[in-house]
Amino acid sequence: MADVNRGNRPLSPHLSIYRLPLTAKLSILHRITGVGMVLAAVLIVWWFVAAVYSPEYFAAADWLLTSWLGTLVMVGSLWALWYHFCNGIRHLFWDAGRGFDLTKTQRNNWIVIGGSVVLTIITLIAA
Amino acid sequence: MGYKTDYSRVQGLGTAGDGAHHWWLHRISAIAMIPLTLLFIFPFARTLGSGYDAMIATYSTFGHALVAVLFFLVGFWHLAMGLQVVIEDYVPHKPTRVALLLCNTLFNGTLAVAGILAVATILFRA
Repeated sequence: MADVNRGNRPLSPHLSIYRLPLTAKLSILHRITGVGMVLAAVLIVWWFVAAVYSPEYFAAADWLLTSWLGTLVMVGSLWALWYHFCNGIRHLFWDAGRGFDLTKTQRNNWIVIGGSVVLTIITLIAA
Repeated sequence: MGYKTDYSRVQGLGTAGDGAHHWWLHRISAIAMIPLTLLFIFPFARTLGSGYDAMIATYSTFGHALVAVLFFLVGFWHLAMGLQVVIEDYVPHKPTRVALLLCNTLFNGTLAVAGILAVATILFRA
């Protein structure tokens, strides 16, 4: 190796001591929200299947999804869906090679966060 | 070994052999999910908690049933591809990884078919 200065060089950021910028936190949040929606996906399919069996079975499923615990899961997943939706669109722009400079990235962080909250509130009002 | 060079044996294989195709399908399904999410979520949110009759009235309509079927089809396909990447990234132990990938396919396939079959039953029964 031509590089004899291995000891003094700054190394790559170590995740345990490196304070992640907001963009990086939002990036991992994309995965977390994606995986987190699995529970709501199961509940929604169950809700549809229950309607095939009987009105009573459907009433039980509908009750669980609108109970306080169900509401917590569904509203949380609703926000996760809109976050994944907004940030997913940004990822598609990134895939096309657009929106990489620092000012745009930092502005879009807040558009994604704000967009997910606004869309969640709109859905709850429309429901 | 044969007469092939090391390079030509591995050329085009990548890490899994078909990573670019998987990546591309994930993006196509992501684009499809933009209109499907907008079309599915509002009628669903309105119907949730409105009782059995309202639910049947909504999903025995062809348009709502079509959106729900497409949402389940593309949504679970997209979910399966996403979970696959997560499993491949975080599970280094190969037997566990293969087992989880198998479960992932069966889990999402079953949920997609169950959801589609339920919506189809509601539509055709009405």
